[in-house]
Amino acid sequence: MSTDSYKAIMDQKAEIMRSSVGIDYDKYTTGPLSFDYEAMLNDTGYDLDAIRDIQGRSAVGNTPLVELKNLTELVRAVSEPGKGARLFVKDEAANPSGSFKDRRASLSAFEAKKKGYKGIAAATSGNYGAAVASQAAKAGLGCIIVQEAFDSQGIAQPEIAEKTRACEAYGAEVVRLSVGPELFYYFLIVLKETGYFNASLYTPYSILGIETLGYELALQVKAREGRFPDVVMATHAGGGNVTGTARGLIKAGAADTLMVAASVDLAGLHMASDRDFNRKSFTTGHTGFSVPFSTWPDRADVPRNAARSLRYMDRFVTVTQGEVFYMTEALAAIEGMERGPAGNTSLAAAFAIAREMDREQIIVVQETEYTGAGKHPLGQLNLAKQMGIDVRRGDPRENQPGKAIVIPEHPSQIKPVEMNLDRIRRSYLRNALDSLPEGENVTETDIAFLVAESKSDDTYVREAIESHERKKR
Amino acid sequence: MTERALKNTWVEIGGVVLQKDERAPNLPDDTKQVPLEMRVKGFLLHDAEKGGEAEIVTLSGRMVRGTLTGINPEYAHMFGRPIPELSPIAGEIRAILRERRKTS
Repeated sequence: MSTDSYKAIMDQKAEIMRSSVGIDYDKYTTGPLSFDYEAMLNDTGYDLDAIRDIQGRSAVGNTPLVELKNLTELVRAVSEPGKGARLFVKDEAANPSGSFKDRRASLSAFEAKKKGYKGIAAATSGNYGAAVASQAAKAGLGCIIVQEAFDSQGIAQPEIAEKTRACEAYGAEVVRLSVGPELFYYFLIVLKETGYFNASLYTPYSILGIETLGYELALQVKAREGRFPDVVMATHAGGGNVTGTARGLIKAGAADTLMVAASVDLAGLHMASDRDFNRKSFTTGHTGFSVPFSTWPDRADVPRNAARSLRYMDRFVTVTQGEVFYMTEALAAIEGMERGPAGNTSLAAAFAIAREMDREQIIVVQETEYTGAGKHPLGQLNLAKQMGIDVRRGDPRENQPGKAIVIPEHPSQIKPVEMNLDRIRRSYLRNALDSLPEGENVTETDIAFLVAESKSDDTYVREAIESHERKKR
Repeated sequence: MTERALKNTWVEIGGVVLQKDERAPNLPDDTKQVPLEMRVKGFLLHDAEKGGEAEIVTLSGRMVRGTLTGINPEYAHMFGRPIPELSPIAGEIRAILRERRKTS
């Protein structure tokens, strides 16, 4: 057991991060608030073709695009005449470790190997850990995954328990911790002790690795249908999935495709609460990550987060845990595809959004994930019942995170709730302006940066700055 | 009787990483009341008793010391019983499609 005190290790954060990621983040600073985002990504030296080649060599990507014809018919059964868009899904479960996270891990493993690191490490409780472990196995690198895995009663979250098993199957060391943000502290100790490469979810490598997903799906739809999709739906947590996919779509020429983010609503549950830990039936793709990371991406484990979802989101919706479980059942029952529940968050939202769209339109759900013991509606709902959560059929509006999981009685009851993007943009700008160092002023470069960051315009940002200054006085 | 594990057995060890009063500031009240605990698996470097001190070599080759918490520990996560609230859904959805195909 380590005796390094919490503060002593946290004080070495910048130094440990620099040597474990190998990026000098300071050199991208362009103003008191701004930095050169594109330069930070470009300087990795990997363009889209190079990444496709690297991923191809480790069996990542080129996953099938599946038209969900029966689910589309179900959409139309509950839509107005002429409505009900065609639903497609990118079957990312076909990647080596069973999720799109292999795309994120592949480039980190390649970079770590190239730079001569002996191993790679990641702080993650989800699919990403299995992906890093799988890519490390292929590259012949050591691997350590640090998970937040169990509560103070020793009860493991079933999905995370399955990830522990998967990582160990790929030959990785898994450090399991109880609930708390000090996971990051332990992760720093591991990086310091081993000198491993930090395969953070938020480095440029991780985000560039997802661009191929958006790129592939745009070209697959185009080759089949002669045009790009109208809407792409992505499950939204830390922002990487939305960011990478949208960037890939743009690189494929599908700049007019709408990028819609979807998260599971876990409002009211505290992410660092020992008690709430096992009252969540979803460990990712939920608002506990997506809201804080949309409004302030630089809360990540690297100084400059390469996942900046607010730059790319056209719309952001939430669905309930019960709605996602219902869609998971539907996907298995009428499409013959049994896939993990968390990846079906965007599918549940897409099902409802397709109802608003015309029949000729195309909506693509950009991922699936593998399923298995623990990582399954049965494992999750059995635990929920054990924790005293009321699981029942009814109107999903009655869903209460941590208290009641209401499974819809009919597909017409699936209705995502709109997140107010204007409010998220204002919250982001407030956080950015609060981070302005004492004595510094916002420059013109900062303003242009904030416009891009919030996907807004010059007037919008200037008004936000004025209102922020008024409040300060 | 205490369970004993021989050298080279696959085991789990654990311990407290941060005591309650060493934890990060700004934790929710419930989390503040408990220490940060850790568990990790590997091969035992010497014979040891459950509940006693043990040192292991992990899959990444690290040597870690702690309290022996499990000997060849089980992966206990599972599917469990079918969920009555989910069981009828497949039939209901298929019926909606059947009905639609009959009428169109």
